[in-house]
Amino acid sequence: MDLFVTALPALGQAWAMILQPAVLGYLVLGVVMGLAVGVFPGLGGIAGLSLLLPFMFGMDPVLGLALMVGMVAVVPTSDTFASVLMGIPGSSASQATVLDGFPLAKKGQAARALSAAFTSSLFGGLVGAAFLTLFIVVARPLVLAFGLPEMLMISILGLSMVAVLAGRVALKGLAAAGLGMLIGTIGEADAGGSLRMATYDIPYLTDGLQLVIVGLGVFAVPEIVSLLRQDRAIAKNAELGAGWGDGVRDWVANKWLSLRCSLIGVVVGVIPGLGGSVVDWIAYGHAVQTTKDKSNFGKGEIRGVVGPESSNNAKEGGGLVPTLLFGIPGSGSMAIFIGAIALLGSGDIEVGPSMLRDNLDITYSIVWLLALANVVGTLLCIAASGGIARLTTIRFTYLAPFLFMLISFAAFQSGQNFEDILALFAIGLIGIFLRRFDWSRPAFLIGFVLSNPVEKFSNQAFQIASFRFRDSFEAGMQYIFSPIVIVLLIITVVSVVLGLRQAKSIMAEGDVQAGSKRAPLVFLMVLLAYVVAALINASMIPDYNMTDKIVPLVVGGITLAAVLIVLVQMLLRPETDSIFADKEMAGEDADAPYGLWSTLAWFVGLIAATYVLGFILALLGFLVSFLRVRAQAGWPKTLILTAAGIALMCVMAGALNRDFPPGLLQDVTDLPWPLN
Amino acid sequence: MTIKQLATSVAAATLIAAPALAEVDMSGKTIEWVIPFSETGGSAKWGNFFAPLLSEELPGNPTVVVKFMPGAGSTKGANWFQEQEYDDGTLLFGTSGSTQFPYLLGDPRVRYEYSDWVPVMASGTGGVAYLNTEDGEKFDGSANNLQDIDFIYGSQGATRLDLVPLLAWEMLGMNVEPVFGIKGRGDGRLMFERGEATIDYQTSSGYLGASADLAEQGKAVPMMTWGALDDDGNIVRDPTFPDIPTFKEVCEATDGCETSGEAWDAWKAFFVAGFPVQKIAFLPAGTPDDVAATFAEAFDAVRSRDDFATIAAKQVGKYEVFVGEGAKRATETGTTVSPEAKAYVQSWLQEAYGVTLK
Repeated sequence: MDLFVTALPALGQAWAMILQPAVLGYLVLGVVMGLAVGVFPGLGGIAGLSLLLPFMFGMDPVLGLALMVGMVAVVPTSDTFASVLMGIPGSSASQATVLDGFPLAKKGQAARALSAAFTSSLFGGLVGAAFLTLFIVVARPLVLAFGLPEMLMISILGLSMVAVLAGRVALKGLAAAGLGMLIGTIGEADAGGSLRMATYDIPYLTDGLQLVIVGLGVFAVPEIVSLLRQDRAIAKNAELGAGWGDGVRDWVANKWLSLRCSLIGVVVGVIPGLGGSVVDWIAYGHAVQTTKDKSNFGKGEIRGVVGPESSNNAKEGGGLVPTLLFGIPGSGSMAIFIGAIALLGSGDIEVGPSMLRDNLDITYSIVWLLALANVVGTLLCIAASGGIARLTTIRFTYLAPFLFMLISFAAFQSGQNFEDILALFAIGLIGIFLRRFDWSRPAFLIGFVLSNPVEKFSNQAFQIASFRFRDSFEAGMQYIFSPIVIVLLIITVVSVVLGLRQAKSIMAEGDVQAGSKRAPLVFLMVLLAYVVAALINASMIPDYNMTDKIVPLVVGGITLAAVLIVLVQMLLRPETDSIFADKEMAGEDADAPYGLWSTLAWFVGLIAATYVLGFILALLGFLVSFLRVRAQAGWPKTLILTAAGIALMCVMAGALNRDFPPGLLQDVTDLPWPLN
Repeated sequence: MTIKQLATSVAAATLIAAPALAEVDMSGKTIEWVIPFSETGGSAKWGNFFAPLLSEELPGNPTVVVKFMPGAGSTKGANWFQEQEYDDGTLLFGTSGSTQFPYLLGDPRVRYEYSDWVPVMASGTGGVAYLNTEDGEKFDGSANNLQDIDFIYGSQGATRLDLVPLLAWEMLGMNVEPVFGIKGRGDGRLMFERGEATIDYQTSSGYLGASADLAEQGKAVPMMTWGALDDDGNIVRDPTFPDIPTFKEVCEATDGCETSGEAWDAWKAFFVAGFPVQKIAFLPAGTPDDVAATFAEAFDAVRSRDDFATIAAKQVGKYEVFVGEGAKRATETGTTVSPEAKAYVQSWLQEAYGVTLK
């Protein structure tokens, strides 16, 4: 009770601190900057906050917080634009939004999807703040209740969403998730430092692949290529069917779903170490399971947008708990946030256990600045969504070169290696074929995202459990099967069982026709070869580094079994069976006027030219030739669009202080910015 | 306002690209301070703390921006820096203990050579080890009563800075089982708070930020600091924690632990490389003396600020900041260990954790 006696005045002080014109002004400034950064895929809050850092030193704490919180809060809101309009997952927070948001855009309902997403985000943000106001003073013991076994179970719960997203052939979904996990293990192992499917001769691989690249490769590249081949606008018939008012009404109709998903977002966000990567999948799975008619998921079901979007802004609020109470950042942007707080004022705000005791008013200011920023950001986004949705009516051939430009730039920012762009292309190829042969791409991505948490938590939990068992059997069992673990276990089992039953009606790729046996079989053999290679590679790790090999071996084994069963089924079944689904047999891709390889060649051209000439020069040549040759644009239009594209890149890189990929030319000559 | 300023200054700096002026004047330039870690670590904090202060003190007040180049535990960034040549003083590089240790241990990925670079500033930190309450009661200034307990420790890896605590506990005859694979010391502390780990250590700023609070509430018992170096290179009590004994004191009080001999020499060598000289700012090879001197003077002005002690205490701890010649000497101590110490640690890593560095 004491806590609430101190909490109420602190809440009052917090509001008094926030409700000042200067503070609100800084908040709006932060929101606008956050929106500008968040709209571009791959540049999340980390880029934005790094930009603000130099100005934080000695700044008035409340003003600095307003600026930073404004920026952090709206990134998961604004990245929805890319997810819905282009099928590009803007950040890990909006992966699941792509599944139904993009199909809605294709139906000409982009404005509806956007405003439903934004309203959900707003609501999620507010629920998060309200929940935290009550919860933050008592959160500490609860957070400490989540040990390694509990975190492992949450990761597995996230992984169990594969069941619902597995597609028509459950084994193919399982194999796709396994493949994603195996690809997630590439590089130096966290525990023992063994190399998996990597070598020190290619240093790039030792760090593993970045989520940004895999997300862009699996979702963005295949969609861009497919739309470009069809040479049409994103919205069929290039018309906008539904306005932003419909989206708000959609949210009202699904407000309870939104509330539940918001709570899921806050609770999962509170647990340190998991971050945002699982939240949207769990929310999506929940949306599917609570919907009566599941046939529209993957094809443009508005509940598939409302669920994840409600959870991802609420998660930002939840993520504040480990950040502020323990000084442990829940995400990369939170880590910078902690560093920046210490720079504010005279540096006397210290994030950590003392935060609640000494700075409860500041804590509440942060929570409610977050909520206010959500309101401001959402209103701006909804206001803009009608206009921005018009992008979906433009002939896609005019958008595609700029999207190639943006995703290459975004990929490069993840590690500042040329190999980042190559990796994007390689994963993009995998994505194209997963899509073509109807292997679940969401399952692949979930596998990739959760590969590291599952491996880390299972290894560490196993080690600690074995020490406990050494003490006594009872102590060990108590550690592994805590009440939280048992509850999570039950939820997981139920969601797998329900999910498998429902998966058949959820066709993320639409109703893909089957045709010949050859192409699907060839792709299966390629997968099989990789899985076998990964297994052999893992088995060669010496036994004293068991922690580094056990997960690749187990996951690889399960994946191998799934692939082999699919292989047997393929050999036994007729070529009309849905196991042979192939988008090139019938439908949009098969009827497209342009071929896959000739379209992909443009992207290859950009990458190759970048390798030789550096990004900006390559981009110049790419944009001019693409617009002239492929889009058949006149010279004036070509030049204006090219200039606009390059100017955009330069402004972005200049403002965010980012580099462009250099090429061979830059190695031998010294060119002025931005050519260097 | 802010974006625009930054954008224009970046643009201006690059468009002008003026040839280096005779006297060192950096107005209008943008200095990139490359940190070979991610935005989230202690080195990022260190760089971000010094960058604006440095900007104020350099002639012409250039913009100083911190850039991050994470990869392979900083080896990637350091290998990259090795290939950079002096241009016009607009490149600064910051290393940490994690850059020093692979270099000292002969990691095959290391393609950098510290002695090629020009150090302009170095700063250190300390570390505190602490126990859980139950086992802490058995601690009497020596580890004699701790030798038959199995401890669990959340570790980032035996070849990282964790080498120093792990070796120290081993020398005390304690049985500490590391659980490898955590991402930062904050995660280790959380593991300790949850009761999954039973022993932990934090660098000074991490300890002050959260663990000291645990100790105050009786949820943790401080055991020892690694100590600090006096001018003659002796280990003395850490000025930030004058009430906590050093590892040296605890070792002396513990049966079977020697403060001389090859184990002790190896521990001390790696302690010196990892803590009192933990983070160093370098200019690239070939930097002219006047430019190096300009940076050294600027850092000197930074550490002489009236409020430096107060603002630094929170960010980087109350430890000495070396500049110029001092930084050079510190770098030498921090980046050399005797072949014996190296061989000892290599074989210990091999025996205890199966780590081979070849």
